[in-house]
Amino acid sequence: MGNIAYDFQIEKDDFERAGEASSKIKKILRQLGIDSGIIRRVAIAAYEVEINLVIHSLGGTISISIDPKSIMIIAKDIGPGIENVELAMKEGYSTASDKIREMGFGAGMGLPNMKKCADSFYIESIIGKGTIITMKMMLKDGE
Amino acid sequence: MKLREIRDSLQADVLWGEDLLENEVSYAFGADLMSDVLAFVKTGTILLTGLINSQVIRTAEMADVTAILFVRGKVPDGDIIDLARENSIAILTTKNTLFTTSGILYSCGLRGIEDDKI
Ligand SMILES: Nc1ncnc2c1ncn2[C@@H]1O[C@H](COP(=O)(O)OP(=O)(O)OP(=O)(O)O)[C@@H](O)[C@H]1O
Ligand SMILES: [Mg+2]
Repeated sequence: MGNIAYDFQIEKDDFERAGEASSKIKKILRQLGIDSGIIRRVAIAAYEVEINLVIHSLGGTISISIDPKSIMIIAKDIGPGIENVELAMKEGYSTASDKIREMGFGAGMGLPNMKKCADSFYIESIIGKGTIITMKMMLKDGE
Repeated sequence: MKLREIRDSLQADVLWGEDLLENEVSYAFGADLMSDVLAFVKTGTILLTGLINSQVIRTAEMADVTAILFVRGKVPDGDIIDLARENSIAILTTKNTLFTTSGILYSCGLRGIEDDKI
């Protein structure tokens, strides 16, 4: 299996299409015959990050690359950035509005979920610039 | 527990997935916040929720949820039912509230997802 990479553009407030990128990612991984437990972890992490881009960011991209040893997801947005990343990472911390909560989001579990699903998780955020989240999931025996 | 038994015990309507009623679920999980669903559910779960937007189906798709049971008589729009069909997720609806639904299913032997088992 060679290296495979895809990019998905995510628009701010586009609730109609939110989840489409993650759905496509899940289908791609299934076609590659990757272990269903790993697919599930990638899909959940990708979906959480996709929803965050729609709700909290001004828009961005999700890139996924697959090599024989691992799957890498990089989410990059164009702002507004996260003021206190440590706080944002806490279970239950959310700045989501009541309207967002009525749609089923704002538990403050998205970032902790991503961290739990990934074998490695990095977040970097600069106010006024944007946020980059890098997640890697290892594949067993170069699947 | 088979989806058929769940339907019968709640007198629920099957909105999509008549052919999936022989499928078994091991757990039920009730929530209206999708990240809680993503954090807790395991495969072989039926999701009980009062939320009826497309993100419920997307959430179920990502987490490999077997079936969704809408409570309080909620019925989603046709395009949301279509999305469930595309992902082979059975969807049912019951007039019961979340609490009553949970009590009935628990008394039929279905169990929740407990923290220590995650
Ligand atoms: N891409 C982002 N840009 C700006 N702020 C963000 C971004 N992602 C997360 N945040 C901030 O971090 C907080 C915590 O994010 P997290 O995903 O854990 O919870 P949530 O999105 O509020 O709720 P949930 O994910 O449970 O539906 C958010 O409420 C928001 O303030
Ligand atoms: Mg989130």
